[in-house]
Amino acid sequence: MAVNRDSNVYTIIFATIMVVVVGGLLAFVSMGLKPLQSANVSNEKMQNILQAIGIEETDGVSREDAGKMFNDFVKRRITINYNGEIVSDKTSEDAIDPTDKLDAFNINLRKEYSKYVKPIMNTYKGDDAKIQEALGASEDIHFPIFVCENQGKMYYVVSASGKGLWDDVWGYLGLNDNASAITGSVFDHKGETPGLGSKITEDWFQDQFIGKTIEENGAFAPIKVKKPGNELNEHQVDGISGATFTGVGVEEMLSRNLNVYYRFFKGNPEFTGTKIIEEPIIEEVLNDSTLINLNDSSVVLSVIDSI
Amino acid sequence: MSETKSESLFSKKNKALITNPLNKINPVTIQVLGICSALAVTVQMDNAIVMSVAVTAVLVLGNLIVSLMRNVIPSKIRIIVQLVIVAGLVIIVDQVLKAYVYDVSKKLSVFVGLIITNCIIMGRLEAFALGNKPWASILDGVGNGFGYGLVLIVVAFFKELFGSGALTIPGFEKFEIFKAIGIYDMGYMDNGLMLLPPSSLFIVGIYIWVQKYRNPDLIES
Repeated sequence: MAVNRDSNVYTIIFATIMVVVVGGLLAFVSMGLKPLQSANVSNEKMQNILQAIGIEETDGVSREDAGKMFNDFVKRRITINYNGEIVSDKTSEDAIDPTDKLDAFNINLRKEYSKYVKPIMNTYKGDDAKIQEALGASEDIHFPIFVCENQGKMYYVVSASGKGLWDDVWGYLGLNDNASAITGSVFDHKGETPGLGSKITEDWFQDQFIGKTIEENGAFAPIKVKKPGNELNEHQVDGISGATFTGVGVEEMLSRNLNVYYRFFKGNPEFTGTKIIEEPIIEEVLNDSTLINLNDSSVVLSVIDSI
Repeated sequence: MSETKSESLFSKKNKALITNPLNKINPVTIQVLGICSALAVTVQMDNAIVMSVAVTAVLVLGNLIVSLMRNVIPSKIRIIVQLVIVAGLVIIVDQVLKAYVYDVSKKLSVFVGLIITNCIIMGRLEAFALGNKPWASILDGVGNGFGYGLVLIVVAFFKELFGSGALTIPGFEKFEIFKAIGIYDMGYMDNGLMLLPPSSLFIVGIYIWVQKYRNPDLIES
């Protein structure tokens, strides 16, 4: 049967069939591979969070293992807003529901910055007070906290996101049990210059943050990224030669985000000192019994218990 | 698809389909196609290798499909048809990379999607697959894919070696070559320019120079 391949009808039929076949094939491939792909993304996030704790047990954990070990270490997932109010509080018993956008695990760090924070920063450029006010008023900006426990010690993994030289940079930081010092860090970036700014993902850069403090004389002290070769104090790390602006971006994002977390932890001492505070109180009560408030039955009971 | 009896699978003519693109009609250095990705993904060896494999896969499959359909594709919309085939293949490659080699797909990120715009692919579909039998088209795809990969890997080798003093090969630990043989102790410092796209141009230029020096018949009069 001779078909006229130049006729319009043939062309249209051909195009239609082709579109349907290709479209169907792509949909099929996409559906088939989707579970594997989302597992990769979520396992990678778990890997980053676990590594940020900065403990030996999770150092260099593989992506697959991270998925299995996550709940052994991360006991609570809390989401706070800019003003330090808790908007979501989940324990490791609660499964991670991908549709629950407020679950700390589902917070997309990059989106947080580029979609919500960046417009505010651009609108009120240079006016710090206005920026603070607008950030506080925004209902979209969230900060995840992962409360982790290892061998009886508490760690808090918090996040930071900002802008490097070319594009977004983000990362997770581990804080110690009173949220004053950094125990580990993991950074990632979208498009920093390979071999220069992209070095923020390398171990030597990330390991520098371990042990640095974010507190001085009871107030927040930001981490500074210095030009390499200078003497460093407990708030400073070496930057990367040739990647000054990536360093500036990392410094800015750490200072902006850690400040929020620092305020939250100081305003909610039940997080930072649960174990440390309990015991001294009872000791004090026993030593100075005249201070016992008899109306407070729980204190009395605990005193009686300990006698 | 039965092959013509007079021609074996690897006849001289078919072998030339693979060997010519490696040298005399190299798609990058002689035809100056696909330069953009040769500049962009050559910072590390492993990126270059995976990119070469991905481009070769798309090229071979695209060539095969177009060659099989060469008698039914309406000539009026043949470019669009080729584009749809290439785009479909690229999306599948991207999805497969994301599912099975997530790390690599993260590193290559947008460049995988940009395989669609790689001129070598459209060029070969239009110039070869549309007028040749499937087997010859497959060989042509393999040859051009390798020709592209060869240049990418050579460029990446020099860029990574002088830029970061190391070589990364997929599936192996990073080889810190310069550290191992003590080049740094002699006062060498990593050359930042080698990591940026312009240095690829220099290396591709030197590559063409050497290639033409060794093949005088390539020199244009």
